[in-house]
Amino acid sequence: MMQQPPAPNRQTTGTELVRIIDCRQAYHKESSADLVVLDGVNLSIRSGEIVGLLGRSGSGKSTLLRIIAGLLPPTAGEVIWKGSRLTGPADGISMVFQSFALFPWLTVQKNVELGLEAQGVPPAERLKLAEDAISLIGLGGYENAYPKELSGGMRQRVGLARALVVKPDLLLMDEPFSALDVLTAENLRTDLVELWAEKKLPIQSILLVTHNIEEAVLMCDRILIFSSNPGRVAHELQVPFEHPRNREDLAFRQFVDRIYALMTRRAPVVSEADMTDPDLKRVQISADAVPLPQLPMNTLVGMMETLAADPLHGRADLPLLASRLQLELDDLFPLGESLQLLGFAELEDGDILLTPEGMRFVQSEHDIRKHILWHNMLHNIPMVRTIRAVLDERPNHRASAERFRDELEDSMSPPYARQTLQTLIGWARYAELFDFDEEADQLFLDDEAE
Amino acid sequence: MTETGLSGNLRVRPNIADLLGLLAIMAAAVVIATAGRHMLVPIPPSEAGTIHLSPLWLPAYAVRTTLRMFAALGASLVFTFTYAVWAAKSRRAGQVLIPLLDILQSVPILGFLTFTVVFFLGLFPGRMMGAELAAIFTIFTSQAWNMAFAMYQALRTVPPDLEEAARCFGLTPWQRFWRLEVPFAIPSLVWNTMISMSGGWFMVVYSETITVGNTDIALPGIGSYVGVAIEQRNIWAIFYAIVAMLAVILAYDQLLFRPLVAWSARFQTDDGATVSAPDPWVLSLLRRTHLLRQICLRTGDIATRIGWLALGRRPSAPVRPIIPSRVVDVAWIAALIVFAVTVGEKTWVYGSAHYTLRQIAHVITLGGFTLLRVAITVFIASLIWVPLGIWLGLSPNRARRAQMAAQFMAAFPANLFFPLVVVGIVHWHLNSNIWLTPLMLLGTQWYILFNVVAGASSYPGDLLEAARNFHVKGWLWWWRVMLPGLTPFFITGALTASGGAWNAAIATEVASWGDTTLSAQGLGAYIAHATVAGATDQVGLGMVVMAAFVLLLNRALWRPLSNYAARHFTFD
Repeated sequence: MMQQPPAPNRQTTGTELVRIIDCRQAYHKESSADLVVLDGVNLSIRSGEIVGLLGRSGSGKSTLLRIIAGLLPPTAGEVIWKGSRLTGPADGISMVFQSFALFPWLTVQKNVELGLEAQGVPPAERLKLAEDAISLIGLGGYENAYPKELSGGMRQRVGLARALVVKPDLLLMDEPFSALDVLTAENLRTDLVELWAEKKLPIQSILLVTHNIEEAVLMCDRILIFSSNPGRVAHELQVPFEHPRNREDLAFRQFVDRIYALMTRRAPVVSEADMTDPDLKRVQISADAVPLPQLPMNTLVGMMETLAADPLHGRADLPLLASRLQLELDDLFPLGESLQLLGFAELEDGDILLTPEGMRFVQSEHDIRKHILWHNMLHNIPMVRTIRAVLDERPNHRASAERFRDELEDSMSPPYARQTLQTLIGWARYAELFDFDEEADQLFLDDEAE
Repeated sequence: MTETGLSGNLRVRPNIADLLGLLAIMAAAVVIATAGRHMLVPIPPSEAGTIHLSPLWLPAYAVRTTLRMFAALGASLVFTFTYAVWAAKSRRAGQVLIPLLDILQSVPILGFLTFTVVFFLGLFPGRMMGAELAAIFTIFTSQAWNMAFAMYQALRTVPPDLEEAARCFGLTPWQRFWRLEVPFAIPSLVWNTMISMSGGWFMVVYSETITVGNTDIALPGIGSYVGVAIEQRNIWAIFYAIVAMLAVILAYDQLLFRPLVAWSARFQTDDGATVSAPDPWVLSLLRRTHLLRQICLRTGDIATRIGWLALGRRPSAPVRPIIPSRVVDVAWIAALIVFAVTVGEKTWVYGSAHYTLRQIAHVITLGGFTLLRVAITVFIASLIWVPLGIWLGLSPNRARRAQMAAQFMAAFPANLFFPLVVVGIVHWHLNSNIWLTPLMLLGTQWYILFNVVAGASSYPGDLLEAARNFHVKGWLWWWRVMLPGLTPFFITGALTASGGAWNAAIATEVASWGDTTLSAQGLGAYIAHATVAGATDQVGLGMVVMAAFVLLLNRALWRPLSNYAARHFTFD
């Protein structure tokens, strides 16, 4: 399709650090076809740039990061690190974790020294290097604190110092700010970009995994947009701004909007004739069961009501809607897509618009709303259709939930399958389409629902 | 372990605290050396009456008893760091080792004595060493399984992000083990070690007077002291022994249990949730000494260095999620089946040659009696301790004291109190079938109290406030508010208590005072009589039946119950 990344148009002077060639990652499954997480991924990272991997959760970008870190071998394809094949955690690559991954029984100092100790650096030198890294990252004075005494932002600073102290060529960051509150994250981002721009960081390049579009535009020189199911590089963009960047800048906003548009562009309609192409067939099948986030119906209803009301009248620019709902920009995607799945809204070029069906839902009383949702779930979600068919067929109108989770696992990992079914159950309960017996782990039809 | 060792003052001047510490250490060394010498002495002629009932001898006996405890602890640690680590690191080994551990855990420990005494005496004929080792092995069996399980669980649940960080920064397997896996396991390992040791005191007291067939050995210690006191109907000596044991447990509690548990809190991974209790005085004293502290830091330093030795390869190749080879798996399972069938066949041949069906049915009936006894005592103990525990637990201050008291009492070997009850039964001619029963739970009931207090003190305050706001009182309060929230804790406590009671049955269903021997109907009495008679066949049968009872109860009752409670009655 469109994964072949165009040659970088900006003249990049740096040397190539990492090249990933035709990388594929699949999980072996007992019962059915392998679950493909990454497929046909090609990319390269040069020195002197911050590269962003932007994609939705579950798109496999964290998996790709672990492959580059040498923590996970790709099922197929190669990782070339500084000209030779990568076979394990390399010396010049270090990582910052989403969960910080600090050792709770070690002080800040000892945590930072970890990588040095593993390399066998003598104590005196270790002490010096760690102190330098700690003060560079703005943690001077906290050397003897234990991680549990620190706030989230400070902990991530420790994680950063620990990664920097080994003077890596490539710094991998796995959603490093997503566990932090908005202000703390912004503060840490700004500090990091400033240090990078002033060339104070002992690194040549950063690879940042994120699902936050603004974060990617704020920090990166180049953004690779990941598509899901299976994960692949769908688009590549050069960010044409100098540091420091201003979020309020018109050009900045337009760039963010452009990425929104790219990420919400509707999938090409597949005609019956194309279905002979096995590649497309797979796409179509996996589209049957998209992982659903934890989304209670009330949230969806709230969003639809906002969207329908003054002054939006059923259509809104996504970033604008986000600020109106006081949501983080990237929280909107799952919401919008769920509405789209239910046939209540459409996503188009960075905009969201309510369908007539969605409008009717908003304007109806509770009972009618139930009925509309009932109808739309059955009509639009194959899994719901299957469940209902099975339950109708059974004399006792009961069926094990495990069976449907198994079915979902054909196209997603077990945790996502669990969550997806959970979400479907929540919606189905709203519509009184079917109910769930948690104790017996069974789905069943309530008397009234029959 | 690794505090700011390098920046400490370079010229270490000993202070008063150091002096006290050093004196204590030297005293301990002398005592240990003396006791150790005695172990190699030949078994004295039994009629010589080696156990003196004068209270002046008690301190020496107490030291001997304590040393046995620690020897067993050392062995248990070695076992834990080999068996559990092996089971966790090798999938195939785990398939065998873990179920085996599960079975070993339900085998009545005191039943082992018959076999181990014969074995160890044969190993060191005519020396005290053999008897000592048999006693130590008994204590070992009361600790090792539990500790190994704790270690295994911890090794299997190391947080994946820390694991990845360790690999990312290039730690070798050896370094990962000592820098990540062991520290992560420490809180649960320390806690379980302390719980096991509490149970161990009961075993050490019991195993010091060993009578197997016509071998009759009394190892100098508090247990044998009490044994002789019973023989001679000397009730004052029993009081002396209780006082001496109180001192020992107090020292153990203050010098070891509390400092270790407080220290292990540092390795807790979840943040903030733990209430920081004040440091036990031993720990703060140690921190105040100069020289001793330096020594500790140096030792810690050396330990750290060993942990950093770059043994093993650095993670050069990423660990490929091992797709188990089918062929090897099939061969392995086939080998296991062959082994199981062979063992089963041998058992069958042996069993049908030595036991009649009637005998087996009889033993199972006895098991039923003991089961009834366990059930009734757990029920009665619950009636007492649940309300009391709730009352204690609802006030943080009372809760803290109650938990300390319960821990202390759980460690105190309840068998020292048995003679007092037995004297009462003999004196008033009571029915031993009924009145020996409460002894079973004397030592283990504290687990019910301990867990109920823990449950009540962690009960969410807002729910209690809501109940008060809606004027929920009386029965409604108990059934709708307090008891459901307490259920998971109560089940843990009752499970531990009843498990201990099965074991104690062997020690409690038979009791004597002078030449009067009381005996209750039950599986414990059956095993105890068979042990004294040296009837290995009967002991074996009794143990198998008891283990089967315990396993069955765990599978059919406790496990489903606690799963159910965990699903329904937890607060998150």
